[in-house]
Amino acid sequence: MALVTLMVDGASHTLDVEPDMPLLYALRDHLGLRNPRFGCGLAQCGACTVLMDGQPVRSCILPVSAATGALTTLAGLGTEAQPHPVQQAFIEEQVPFCGYCISGWALYAVALLERDPAPTDAAIREAFAGIKCRCGAHSAILRAVKRAAQQIQAQQA
Amino acid sequence: MQPFAVNVSRRSVLKGGGALVVSIVAPRGIAPARAAEGESGPLWRPLSPGQLDTYLSIDESGQVTAYFGKMDMGQGVDLSIAQIVAEELDTALERVDVVMGDTALTVNQGGASGSSGLEEGGNPLRNAAAEARRVLSELGAQRLGVLMSQVGTRDGSVYVLDSPAERIGYGELVGGKHFDVRLEWNGQYGNGLDAHGRATPKPSSEYSIVGKPAARRDLPSIVLGTREYIVDVKVPGMLHARVIRPPVAGSVPVTVDNASIADIPGGRVVRDGDFLAVVADSEWGAIKAARQLSVTWSNVQAPFPEQQALYDHIRNAPVVRESAGGGRGANVAPDVAAFEAALSRADRVVEAEYEFPFQSHACMAPACAVCDYRGDHATLWTGSQKPHYAAEGVAKLLGLPVEKVRGIWVPGPGSYGRNDSGDAAMEAALISKSIGRPVRVQGMRHEGHAWDPKGPASIHHVRAGLDASGNVLALSFRSKGFSAGDMESNESNPSHTYAGMLTGWPDASVPRFNNPGDRYEFPVKLNYWQTIAPLLQRASPLRTAHLRDPLGPQMHFASECFMDELAYVADADPVEFRLRYLKEQRDADVLRTVADRYAWEPRVAGSGVERRGDIAVGRGVAYTRRNSSVVAVIAEVEVNLSSGRVWPRKFVVAADQGVIVNPLWLRRTLEGNVIHGTSRTLFEEVRFSRETVTSTDWASYPILEMRDAPEEIDIVLVNGPELPPYGAGEPSTRTITPAIANAIFDATGARLRRAPFTPERVHAALQKVAT
Repeated sequence: MALVTLMVDGASHTLDVEPDMPLLYALRDHLGLRNPRFGCGLAQCGACTVLMDGQPVRSCILPVSAATGALTTLAGLGTEAQPHPVQQAFIEEQVPFCGYCISGWALYAVALLERDPAPTDAAIREAFAGIKCRCGAHSAILRAVKRAAQQIQAQQA
Repeated sequence: MQPFAVNVSRRSVLKGGGALVVSIVAPRGIAPARAAEGESGPLWRPLSPGQLDTYLSIDESGQVTAYFGKMDMGQGVDLSIAQIVAEELDTALERVDVVMGDTALTVNQGGASGSSGLEEGGNPLRNAAAEARRVLSELGAQRLGVLMSQVGTRDGSVYVLDSPAERIGYGELVGGKHFDVRLEWNGQYGNGLDAHGRATPKPSSEYSIVGKPAARRDLPSIVLGTREYIVDVKVPGMLHARVIRPPVAGSVPVTVDNASIADIPGGRVVRDGDFLAVVADSEWGAIKAARQLSVTWSNVQAPFPEQQALYDHIRNAPVVRESAGGGRGANVAPDVAAFEAALSRADRVVEAEYEFPFQSHACMAPACAVCDYRGDHATLWTGSQKPHYAAEGVAKLLGLPVEKVRGIWVPGPGSYGRNDSGDAAMEAALISKSIGRPVRVQGMRHEGHAWDPKGPASIHHVRAGLDASGNVLALSFRSKGFSAGDMESNESNPSHTYAGMLTGWPDASVPRFNNPGDRYEFPVKLNYWQTIAPLLQRASPLRTAHLRDPLGPQMHFASECFMDELAYVADADPVEFRLRYLKEQRDADVLRTVADRYAWEPRVAGSGVERRGDIAVGRGVAYTRRNSSVVAVIAEVEVNLSSGRVWPRKFVVAADQGVIVNPLWLRRTLEGNVIHGTSRTLFEEVRFSRETVTSTDWASYPILEMRDAPEEIDIVLVNGPELPPYGAGEPSTRTITPAIANAIFDATGARLRRAPFTPERVHAALQKVAT
């Protein structure tokens, strides 16, 4: 066991945990967060995604001791009163089916729009390589990301 | 997790009895109850399907709660129920909440099952709401001092027709009280449960809420990351468990070295019969214990054929059961002689065989369940789409009366039939009873892929005779495959679960299959099926159960591709050829609608839509019917001639699902089916060795990703206001495989008769055409 300090959604937490335990279990079982979620434990699906210093990481394989950057979870992205444009667009496009996979899609979309505010269709498809959705929300997600891009551009204009 | 105040549950409400007795009505938006530490006593009592209060309550503010005994699996069924109830009650949609999935609060309407959420499940809710409006009108007329014929209802209140300012709200009339009105119940539980009062529901011509797009109300919580899923359920004192699976299917534990997990906090072994699991204080501890546990397993003969011999195995295996009827009915002998006689008069005989693999539910996460066994009662939290039946099955497993087990559904990681959730519920119950503590079981990825129940593999042999003009004289469609359900999708029998199979519950598998659902009329038409024995009778990773649109994709892959093959032989356009044999108006209309929308130019298939370098583009059509739902699809696909990659860039879907309740989520549902169907068509095949299933993750069992998602799914909803709503959750799934296969043929002249259409297989088929 070792003391590990995590910065999650703006708050600092010090935990006494096994350093090789994946970050996912620290977030869920020690900090009680409902997202991210376990999907595969193999970095193959994206359901466990969080942002670390703005970059998507798979918390199911990242040792908790390596999570030294500022972490943002889906719940830390926005609030009901002030959702992130990506969250707003997902609601407006009525995206999810079961919604279990949402952290991967939403957070990879956030990271994509940070680096490319006006992505092409091909760039969006490429950005989601390795992210899974089993209910088949892909078409709605494509529309939502384009809508979010427009909203972000409108905000910046 | 805050323990929920369980005493708000409706049993305290409904025990009141007597007409309009003031008591505590279930509050709006009632949350799933939690078993609090130290709580005792029964948590469940049967609700009466013959009471209006079972389906509806109204609080003092006029907020309505509808209690729905089926389930929504993300397609917005509960939202449509709210629309139906609001419509019949003449109140705003926002004023209706829907509770589902808790056996203490809802009657068993069968859970999510057979796309019947609205088609069957909506009936008692619609009738109850209509009856409630009648009762409210009567009460309102009394209070307003006029005759019932002098009042109307709107916006949650009863008003005087001649003097609309004189009005009284529903909340004021019955808020916090019982209706205590009896309904006529048909005596059935499950999908067929129906009940009605004296009131007649509205004609669809008066609908103002049903038929309008409505947004899902649970979406913000999903997108903001605050929604609770089954994996989030925590019960005080809860331990974590993992099930241990054998390295060779069918092998059982012989010796288990408990000391091998001695270093894990709370680590212990649970063994019951041939069922083996580990428990630990923390989830990470349970995962490590499962990896660390040292077990010797019995030596068994490898149960499976080589993967490449699967279809030959099916072809050559002895027939266990044969019938020309439905899988659940008595055997109907196929009249092969009549078919052969008709065939002997044909000028031309066409024959083809199609092969479809085992497929996995492969949900976003392996199943999770929590069970708290307390000696004389138990609480089950489950992601199962049939919580009432799951609770019943757990009661049998635990040896408890059914009313002593409360089942509470919490949203899971997707559900498309009888997936691994039904197994996890039993596993949690078994382990909780064994160690006397609340237990949370969650699978690891390989358990969601390799150990979930599978959609069955099958082959389909089709033969037809044509006359000299290309008219079909006779057609025979024979399916041969593994049973559609070694395990029934109803989870009420432990024999139909993995844990039950390992703890001595008797074999209760039923060999059954089915026939295609089209309405083509040929002079002689013979549909029949043959089932073969499972490769491994008990606890097999290839045990079969319902997977979205059970048997639909495999049967209609064959039947709708064969229609294209016949059209080609008859030198006919595939749409026109189908229309020759569709005599029912709804079926023909849907097929014409999809063709019109696509701007389908009649021609014989095979010349393609366009060709650019290595890319050949083709179009393919498929029509099917499932029960009363009619769907037709046109796929436009790009085939890469050098790599064999297939990309369906566009789908046009026409669907007649009866009256439309919520067009927005009906569209989403159809989109989901198209994409799920595309994934199964192009990518999905369970891999196995002689020993066990080897597709254990997303790398070995790939599914469709964003790069392969279609560019456009154009949906035409054919409204049928004179009809009831028909199930939409599954039927369109079965059209996708044949539509894509027919489009590949149109683009390239290559006929794919084995799914999935991987680049290797497509490439090989292209080589065959070229030579």
